[in-house]
Amino acid sequence: MGKLYELLKEDYRIKDGLNTCINCGTCTAICPAAEFYKYDPRKIVDTVQRADEEEIEKLLKSDTIWYCGECLSCLTRCPRKNGPGLVIMALRNLSARLGYFVESEKGRQLYPLTKIMTGNILKYGYCIHPDSFSWEDHMESGPVWKWHTEHLEESYARQGANFRGDGPGILRKIPQESLDELKAIFDVTGGTERIETIEKYSREKAKEMGMTMEEYFRHTFEECSDNHFND
Amino acid sequence: MIYQGKQKIWSEYQKEIPDDKWYYVRSCIRQNFFPASEKMFMEICRNVLGKDIYENEHHTTCGGIAYHCDTIPQETAMTIVARQFALMTEAGYENYVASCITSFGNYTEILETWHENPELEAKIRELLWKACKKEFKKPKYLAHSSDLIFKFRNEIAERAKFRLVNQKTGEPLRVVEHIGCHYSKMFPSKGVGGAEYPYVLTGMVESWGGNVIDYPERRHCCGYGFRQYHVKANRGYSISNTHKKFESMAPYKPDMIITNCPGCPYFLDRWQYVIAEMEGKTYGENGFGIPVFTYEEVAGLVLGYNPWDLGLQLHQVAVEPLLDKIGIEYSPEDKYKGLNKKDLLRPELPQGIKCF
Repeated sequence: MGKLYELLKEDYRIKDGLNTCINCGTCTAICPAAEFYKYDPRKIVDTVQRADEEEIEKLLKSDTIWYCGECLSCLTRCPRKNGPGLVIMALRNLSARLGYFVESEKGRQLYPLTKIMTGNILKYGYCIHPDSFSWEDHMESGPVWKWHTEHLEESYARQGANFRGDGPGILRKIPQESLDELKAIFDVTGGTERIETIEKYSREKAKEMGMTMEEYFRHTFEECSDNHFND
Repeated sequence: MIYQGKQKIWSEYQKEIPDDKWYYVRSCIRQNFFPASEKMFMEICRNVLGKDIYENEHHTTCGGIAYHCDTIPQETAMTIVARQFALMTEAGYENYVASCITSFGNYTEILETWHENPELEAKIRELLWKACKKEFKKPKYLAHSSDLIFKFRNEIAERAKFRLVNQKTGEPLRVVEHIGCHYSKMFPSKGVGGAEYPYVLTGMVESWGGNVIDYPERRHCCGYGFRQYHVKANRGYSISNTHKKFESMAPYKPDMIITNCPGCPYFLDRWQYVIAEMEGKTYGENGFGIPVFTYEEVAGLVLGYNPWDLGLQLHQVAVEPLLDKIGIEYSPEDKYKGLNKKDLLRPELPQGIKCF
């Protein structure tokens, strides 16, 4: 067995998600991503199952593994109790660890995602927070949300939130000692190391693409080639 | 005959939900977009039903969205959750209720993984101690907040001022229920009714007088897809899946949609607005959309709360046609007022879909 397959097998999601796939294609039939993208979870599971090192490396560097929405509908319907979505999560985790994610357009999106998500967790204690959810980047939230953001504190007060307030409640300010504990958790569990890995490989890629990090953020956050979609 | 079959399957997925004494953890998405729903959950449980629901300001995100955006390793997600369990343990509670489907799925996945891999649980305990000097007991019972509203659905019905019935025709309202993938697709035995015939929302709708619509794409994802929404470049995935659901449900002429998950009501509401702006197509009657609600919003309406206290003014799809059908009175001029009726102006109106 090759190195990449051995690394994948260390992930419990491979143990839980791969129990001899029979290649029936039920996962692909039910998959919301397969209907939209050029994406076939059956083939991905088959590639991993064959432990073909070269093919696994191609997968880890491809757009393909980033098409899944992690709804895990596949887990319910697989007649063999496999979880193609879990296999995908393990592949993505390895791609991030090894820096292979920068080799594909969809993989490079890990940079803005990591900035947004881990930034929100460590700064506010939430995955999503009003102070970083700009209407300009989320215009689908509609004119009602534009109005809401223009009257943010008063609108949240009307809804009964404790926005940026002390004590318990909706959108309260998470106490600093709790944020410090989250940071300590990131430090001892590999969360901080993961952020640094994503940053390091993204910086190298941005340089190669001739972009500043701000330009790289906007580019990876906004740009979409037209070769991802089904005809 | 088929109904009996479904009833039989439902009976195999019933949960014994404890009656009282819960440690409550909030949802990132709901606090942002449906804050009044969490307020209503507390109002119903504490003040209407007199239950002990405890909240501590030190709890944080469970990290579930970051985990499903693949931005944090499993060990980080697990240790954040272990810290939440430690807060529950410190507060002296054993029943844990999460206001979020992604959290509920995350907690379930972690507890099941620890059960299968005790050495991993031991490792996480060590990491939590190293980071926070905290220890924890696992919850005796894990629930999603809709499980509690489901459990108390008949008590709510007994106190109801309105029913999910068209006041003019006397007919039950036609209701689409949308469960949210992570409620039971990963671990069917953990959700009321399982994955194929989830009963958690259906039970509420039936108790409160409505009729649930069965339609072909009933179990299809709303299209959130985590990275498929949070990255602007990917949002075509999200709207395409919502579009598929609406095209599938439209022939059944739903009066309303009730949802279980934090993200689903946002996407089913907002993508209707975007579809209308892009294609000029609306799925409700007379140029309106189909109103989308959280289960607490529906419970609040049934119990007679003011729609603007329930946060329905923060929806982009107008809710008024549904309020009119039920016969709920509301003040149009107060819709966008602040506290003490302070004037906060009004949002612009969209072009493609009727709004007030």
